[in-house]
Amino acid sequence: MARMTMIEAVRSAMDVSMARDDDVVVFGEDVGYFGGVFRSTQGLQAKYGRTRCFDTPISESGIVGTAIGMAAYGLKPCVEIQFADYMYPAYDQLTQEAARIRYRSNGDFTCPIVVRMPTGGGIFGGQTHSQSPEALFTHVCGLKVIVPSNPYDAKGLLIAAIEDPDPVMFLEPKRLYNGPFDGHHERPVTPWSKHDLGEVPDGHYTIPIGKAEVRRTGSAVTVVAYGTMVHVALAAAEDAGIDAEVIDLRSLLPLDLDTIVKSVTKTGRCVVVHEATLTSGFGAEVAALVQEHCFYHLEAPVVRVAGWDTPYPHAQEWDYFPGPGRVGRALAEVMEA
Amino acid sequence: MVDSARLSLHVPEPAVRPGGQPDFSNVKIAKAGAVPRPEVDVASEDIRELAYSIIRVLNRDGEAVGPWAGSLSDDELLIGLRNMMKLRAFDARMLMAQRQGKTSFYMQHLGEEAVSCAFRKALVKGDMNFPTYRQAGLLISDDYPMVEMMNQIYSNESDPLRGRQLPIMYSSKEHGFFTISGNLATQYVQAVGWAMASAIKNDSRIAAAWIGDGSTAESDFHSALVFASTYKAPVILNIVNNQWAISTFQGIARGGSGTFAARGLGFGIPALRVDGNDYLAVHAVARWAAERARRNLGPTLIEYVTYRVGAHSTSDDPSAYRPKTESEAWPLGDPVLRLMKHLIVKGAWSEERHVQAEAEIADEVIEAQRQAEAHGTLHAGGRPSVRDIFEGVYAEMPPHIRRQRQKAGY
Ligand SMILES: Cc1ncc(C[n+]2csc(CCOP(=O)(O)OP(=O)(O)O)c2C)c(N)n1
Repeated sequence: MARMTMIEAVRSAMDVSMARDDDVVVFGEDVGYFGGVFRSTQGLQAKYGRTRCFDTPISESGIVGTAIGMAAYGLKPCVEIQFADYMYPAYDQLTQEAARIRYRSNGDFTCPIVVRMPTGGGIFGGQTHSQSPEALFTHVCGLKVIVPSNPYDAKGLLIAAIEDPDPVMFLEPKRLYNGPFDGHHERPVTPWSKHDLGEVPDGHYTIPIGKAEVRRTGSAVTVVAYGTMVHVALAAAEDAGIDAEVIDLRSLLPLDLDTIVKSVTKTGRCVVVHEATLTSGFGAEVAALVQEHCFYHLEAPVVRVAGWDTPYPHAQEWDYFPGPGRVGRALAEVMEA
Repeated sequence: MVDSARLSLHVPEPAVRPGGQPDFSNVKIAKAGAVPRPEVDVASEDIRELAYSIIRVLNRDGEAVGPWAGSLSDDELLIGLRNMMKLRAFDARMLMAQRQGKTSFYMQHLGEEAVSCAFRKALVKGDMNFPTYRQAGLLISDDYPMVEMMNQIYSNESDPLRGRQLPIMYSSKEHGFFTISGNLATQYVQAVGWAMASAIKNDSRIAAAWIGDGSTAESDFHSALVFASTYKAPVILNIVNNQWAISTFQGIARGGSGTFAARGLGFGIPALRVDGNDYLAVHAVARWAAERARRNLGPTLIEYVTYRVGAHSTSDDPSAYRPKTESEAWPLGDPVLRLMKHLIVKGAWSEERHVQAEAEIADEVIEAQRQAEAHGTLHAGGRPSVRDIFEGVYAEMPPHIRRQRQKAGY
């Protein structure tokens, strides 16, 4: 057991997987010699050699396209897109190819790849380094979509993703790389070393894909969140002194509907929080499912808190990023209804 | 002050449109046997002219001449002829089946049979093709059962792909044929990845990528060349230049100068142009490239110069954009007739045997069709189950799809 940051946990997941299985290969821009711009692949090339961890040309469709071919061969590629903002050139390969190869070939070919990418804002990355594109992937049948919120989950989920027989999008909230975060920009990130979930086993373990986790139990309202927003939601519940139950989805596709339904059936109220823009965001899916499955238990309309429907601004990012204030107001709103 | 003229945009146009006289005077054709055959470890810069010329083996008299001749025995050539004839007969039947409403769509190979049929014979079991949609010859030449192909085209109850794919979008791992995507060019870079994987595992298998002339404009084509040249992947990068991309002539993807093969040179990839209607030349060049790949010398790019005699697909009407007689004017002839003539000249074949073989093959195709139709066609007879819609999206069915399947009543 060791104290790890989320970057270290992600690296450890790849390390453990590469050590266990010669078919796991890791590549992407700056991933090899340098170890990645966030250093999540640091040391892997030195340890496993240049043919198992290497740098690629700056061609996202090339990265994902070659990964698909390697997977068809029988390898298990775990590739990095340097920032989620740059996955669009690979979108065709992901949505039309990776996601469909099993289906269209009736299992003749499969595509066990993992595509990792740093997502989200809060680090002054402006509109080109802050995007949260998860809803673009959850709309694609055949992909799996994971967003971890802490080092322990990140490692267990990433190993599960690498071992998964299908293509998995692994979205890493970069705001959480070094520690949890309560949404107040004047307060620094708390290092993971001071947090229970920064305690990470050194060896192999997995967390099942498709299972949510209740991070805080409560009976007044259910807050559904994932990634960075789990921490913001926890801070908001604390600040507002509301008996909120906070669910960390961890996996958006497949989604753990049972945990959501069970909680909302109990609380009768639901707030969905995400950092991505509001319109057609993943919160809409959660709200619709809650409405379909918990209608007769609801005491208030489901409320969504999200990024604004604008590109991510540089100077005003703290007004863009949902913080405990905005979540707190939403909690108050559903409690009043 | 800069002295500037008014700018105008150049939009390439083919030399001739419907109603005009077909004209292929712009297609420069080297004499058969004229292009040298370099060693396989040659550097791309030392064979630049091979990206601009056309490698040919069969001359007008049906003789095999020059340094690229002799890669196949008579028996192998007879098998090649038979495979091309099978593909042609298969196409004719399936085109008719589409016209009869037995399936929604079909794409034929007329005039291009040599490309995929001869190429397949340069590969060995275990190698992998990443085809686009006009390479069914890869399957036919590998003795993939025609009935299975027809079941796929009919989307019937025995369709190996359970009715999920458009007709002709076959898949067979066993026969080295990667599942076809309707999204052009995506497979090109996947082939490079497969080849890289084979090299990572110190395997001996190689990959082949396939693309049409029009689709070389897609960015995945360029990504593939970058990755193939960077990692010296054991892959053969094939471009089938059949002059047309639906109604758009090849000059739109290529521009007015250079060749498609020449695109490889900027990447340091040895690039060759070959007469795509010459079974012997296609095979010899493919074998050369396969040997390079297998000796870990890296990728080779090959442009097959050919002509799409038929319509692009059953949804296309070529008379709307090119002269009706253009295919007859195509200077590189018909691949089946050329190989037939060669074998007759060699004394290994005769007109009578050819006629007889045609009849045998027609019977074989009709019999396969009868068997396939016993399992149903698109609109009649046995169909895959509605349950199949929901299966196989993931290795294990997640709860939301299970709920939808139950809702659908399955
Ligand atoms: C990404 C993409 N864009 C457009 C199409 C529609 N389309 C299908 S075939 C075709 C022409 C392809 O021409 P070419 O690559 O020359 O191959 P050919 O049909 O001549 O063999 C087009 C535009 C498609 N299938 N995929």
